[in-house]
Amino acid sequence: MKSLKDLEEIRKRTLDTINLRKDQSGTRIVVGMATCGIAAGARPVLLAIMDEVEKNELADVIVAQTGCIGMCRLEPIVEVYRPGEEKVTYVKMNPSKAKRVINEHVMQGKVVQEYTIGAEEK
Amino acid sequence: MKELSLHILDIVQNSIEADASLVTIKIVENLTTDKLIIEVIDNGCGMDKELAEKIKDPFVTGRNTRKVGLGIPLLYKACTRCDGDMEIQSEVGKGTRISCWFKYSHIDRAPLGNITDTILTIVAGNPQVDIVYLHMRDDKEIHLDTREIKRALGEVPINEPAVLSWIREFLKEGFNSLYGGANI
Repeated sequence: MKSLKDLEEIRKRTLDTINLRKDQSGTRIVVGMATCGIAAGARPVLLAIMDEVEKNELADVIVAQTGCIGMCRLEPIVEVYRPGEEKVTYVKMNPSKAKRVINEHVMQGKVVQEYTIGAEEK
Repeated sequence: MKELSLHILDIVQNSIEADASLVTIKIVENLTTDKLIIEVIDNGCGMDKELAEKIKDPFVTGRNTRKVGLGIPLLYKACTRCDGDMEIQSEVGKGTRISCWFKYSHIDRAPLGNITDTILTIVAGNPQVDIVYLHMRDDKEIHLDTREIKRALGEVPINEPAVLSWIREFLKEGFNSLYGGANI
């Protein structure tokens, strides 16, 4: 059975990593989580991103949520802000596309052009 | 929405938008009376009476970026087509309570779906908001309170991956006992 006592353990175990995270200003990933995003499948996209960030131990990545970005027909939308670079907007996302964005863009700095709003709106 | 848990995620976003610090999500599955009740109660900024009465209309919204808001109207439609209804109580400065109910066995009632993912999504993105999750099914219940979790965690943020995994496992155990071990 899971109990609150487990959390004491987690507390001891994770204190160091948290301090590490505080010191770094890294990539910010934002997922649109309004009615349009949720209906289009933003929840599994967000959870896939969080999973991938955890799996690859990306301590300097922040995953955040926002409301409606105003392009409901292109949801789920994911925005990636890498320090010193321009924002990249990915549209019509799904969990496997999200994994690719983490692996290629967030980790290696290579934008996945084909999923960007620029490629979609051509 | 394909799952009621997605509606819940959506309605809770309203609470967060309303600057709530505490959101209670209550689900009651009453198989005896064939009723499913979902309530979202927050301590956010609330709405005045006029807005609260009109908010089920998709062309009425509290936001000012555009003139439509679909969260509540979609849930309202979902429950009314299942012999249910929705009630909204709100007071400016105090908060809002959205209660809706469905005929449990109605053919059009969407499944509750993945509540765990909904709660994890809320907690991960809004660590500052406290969530109380209460789920009753006949005489069994699940109870999760992020305030208790935060107390145990001290300075460790609740959206740490290890903590989110713990919440996932905690809820999994809860649902197992709620549904007698059957997969949902």
